[in-house]
Amino acid sequence: MIPELGNLALMLALCLAGIQATLPIVGTFRNNTRWMALAGSAAAGQCLFVVLAFASLTASFIQNDFSVAYVAANSNTLLPVFFRIAGVWGGHEGSLLLWTLMLALWTLAVTLLSRQLPRATLARILSVMGWISIGFLVFMLFTSNPFERTLPGPADGRDLNPLLQDLGMIVHPPLLYMGYVGFSVAFAFSIAALISGELDATWARWSRPWTLVAWMFLTLGIFCGSFWAYYELGWGGWWFWDAVENASFMPWLLGTALIHSLAVTEKRGSFKSWTVLLAILTFSLSLLGTFLVRSGVLTSVHAFATDPRRGFYILIFLAIVTGGSLALYAWRAPKIGLGGQFSLFSREALLLVNNVLLVVAAGTILLGTLYPLFLDALNLGKISVGPPYFEAVFVPLMIPLLLLTAVGPFLAWKNDSIQAVLGRLRWLALGAAVVAALALLVFKTSVMVAVGVTLALWILFATLSQVVQRLAHAPAGASLLKRISRQPRSYWGMVIAHAGIGIFVVGVTLIKGMESAQDASLHVGQSVTLGDYEFTFSALKKIQGPNYIAARGTFEVRRGADSITTLHPEKRFYTVQKMPMTEAAIDRGFTRDLYVSIGEAAPDGAWLVRVQHKPFVSWIWAGCLAIALGGALAASDRRYRMVARQRAAASPPISSPVHSFV
Amino acid sequence: MKRFALPLGIFLILLVFLGIGLRLKPQEIPSPFIGKPAPAFTLTLLHDAQKSFSPKDMLGKVWVLNVWASWCAPCRAELPALMALTKEAAIPIVGLNYTDTRSAGNKWLASFGNPYQLSAFDADGKVGIDYGVYGVPETFVIDKSGFIRMKHAGPVTEDDIKDKFLPLLKELSGG
Repeated sequence: MIPELGNLALMLALCLAGIQATLPIVGTFRNNTRWMALAGSAAAGQCLFVVLAFASLTASFIQNDFSVAYVAANSNTLLPVFFRIAGVWGGHEGSLLLWTLMLALWTLAVTLLSRQLPRATLARILSVMGWISIGFLVFMLFTSNPFERTLPGPADGRDLNPLLQDLGMIVHPPLLYMGYVGFSVAFAFSIAALISGELDATWARWSRPWTLVAWMFLTLGIFCGSFWAYYELGWGGWWFWDAVENASFMPWLLGTALIHSLAVTEKRGSFKSWTVLLAILTFSLSLLGTFLVRSGVLTSVHAFATDPRRGFYILIFLAIVTGGSLALYAWRAPKIGLGGQFSLFSREALLLVNNVLLVVAAGTILLGTLYPLFLDALNLGKISVGPPYFEAVFVPLMIPLLLLTAVGPFLAWKNDSIQAVLGRLRWLALGAAVVAALALLVFKTSVMVAVGVTLALWILFATLSQVVQRLAHAPAGASLLKRISRQPRSYWGMVIAHAGIGIFVVGVTLIKGMESAQDASLHVGQSVTLGDYEFTFSALKKIQGPNYIAARGTFEVRRGADSITTLHPEKRFYTVQKMPMTEAAIDRGFTRDLYVSIGEAAPDGAWLVRVQHKPFVSWIWAGCLAIALGGALAASDRRYRMVARQRAAASPPISSPVHSFV
Repeated sequence: MKRFALPLGIFLILLVFLGIGLRLKPQEIPSPFIGKPAPAFTLTLLHDAQKSFSPKDMLGKVWVLNVWASWCAPCRAELPALMALTKEAAIPIVGLNYTDTRSAGNKWLASFGNPYQLSAFDADGKVGIDYGVYGVPETFVIDKSGFIRMKHAGPVTEDDIKDKFLPLLKELSGG
């Protein structure tokens, strides 16, 4: 009964999405305010039904209703209840439902928080979001229905993929989807602007907080995925350049370009058509990511239920959404104009370079991800492109970008003098260069490590010095706290995000250049040394988990005479899916992680053990979190709420004002 | 106007490639088993634990080995195509019931239909591993002298039967 209700709720949501997508936009052409006003109620109703559908699927999971094919494929009676709930988005159908839910929630947020927008604009935006929602609902109902029954159902389910039975994986997809789907708001704003032909600074100001929030979620989502891969895949890597990761990284790069480009459009009125194009491309890449991951074009080897109809549907959907918007762009963008002029040496010019580098970086990743497909399509053989390609093309693009990240905030809008900026920066540059030389000569690091650390310090020093300089511009006698709070939150957002990049680069560089690992075959009682650390395999015992059995090792870690810690890596075997898993044990620290994982046991009772010393990994995570925090701070800036208030005061009140964006 | 249309042009080219990519069916990754003798095994039958099956029993016949499981949704989708195959080609299809339980497997056949002459019961999936099965369903065509001649990963569709299986089966049976 519950699954049927869920199915019905999805159908009703589709009907309401149909209303939301059509009547309001027709209303804008006919100047019919009642039709335009329908958008908000339709969106709210749609959201209600999608929430109901999601709740129904969750209930089926909690109740172990294995007659629902999707539940049977992704759950098991032995699975703990919180993993059963996470199982809702553990497979294809459920992740689509999660995607649709996110879209419905974002749409609802737009209706609630944008009542100050001109009615016609809001109607267009909600219409565009309605079309996207129709696309996903139809996809779900006709090719991937999560509520499909198998009667009679199996006695027990196939269990959730053990890789996904982890807290990191529970929160990863929702965060990622919040990001992907959040970009649909900027996309809808852009399409609405293209349709109406009105594109001014207010447009950018409206889009900015939404884009920042989406970008922040995407940052957190990618962070979670990477953090999870680091401890859960068992061998200590944190980024693999595989198609699924790339699919989330490309929208992030374009989203980063978009938030910078929106800043220019808001402040200076420049880059208008470019910003619109970026908004279209960012969301399109989010969709393309779904296509690549879900169609089986690239990852077919692991897809048990690759259905060619699904891939075909997503391709058509992509063709309509992206092709349609780009055609609209080609037709209407010339009317928008380019906006204000700026000189070759100005903040605008620098942000343009930033944008170009980010877009090219996303393009090269796209090329690397699709290259095997191109070759195959042209009958030139089957190949795969791996990390060497991505590192070879990505790093050279990032070096100039990192150099400029530090410089950008020093530059004035419109026009600045090279001499003045160089004067401000030369001591910093010298300092960073000295550190690099020291690193090379004293610590005998590789050139890449020296370059990376120098770039990171360059960003951190420059950001700090810019802050000091900015805080100095205050009425004499103002307290430090006062000086800090005088600056807008968007400024602090930028500072923290840029510093986060610096911290992140430190982590990436040092782990890449200085990590060490040792594989050993150990009996209980034996030990292995790695650098100054000695790892002793002191005990091994069998344990029984809810849906797995495991061998749990005990490793005493010593450094000289000091006992550092005791680690417990596990080798698990998930009995239902018949899948072995390595649970690494990690001792996290400020400057290093110690990482122990155990592999297979040899017939003579020796275990394959890998011990790793990973310098500065925590800095990678800290950097990511700082970047996301920067996004959140910038999105909560007072002026976005102020604009809302001013607008509401200027025009007759449409409804009770709700102005907060976060 | 022209330069604003450039993104659209690039996207259309991309779309063509994605479209071709979709039709390429990466399922047709060449299997190292093609042209090799079908790995030997002896398994009990799904419906009767007293009797057993081995590929040797099929020597002299062209036959099809289909890997399936009751927990596998695409296996249900390919049932009509398999039924059609038995009808049109009069070729025996042997099921390999992969990592399943006897009761679930038999219940599934009783509820949805049974295209198989018989199903061998591979409870722990060891035979599946010998055959390089990486996803269910997979289908193998084996010739009269016991050599694997084709492998199809993923559900078999009616088009696959018409375009891939029937021509090959005809050729193998004739020769």
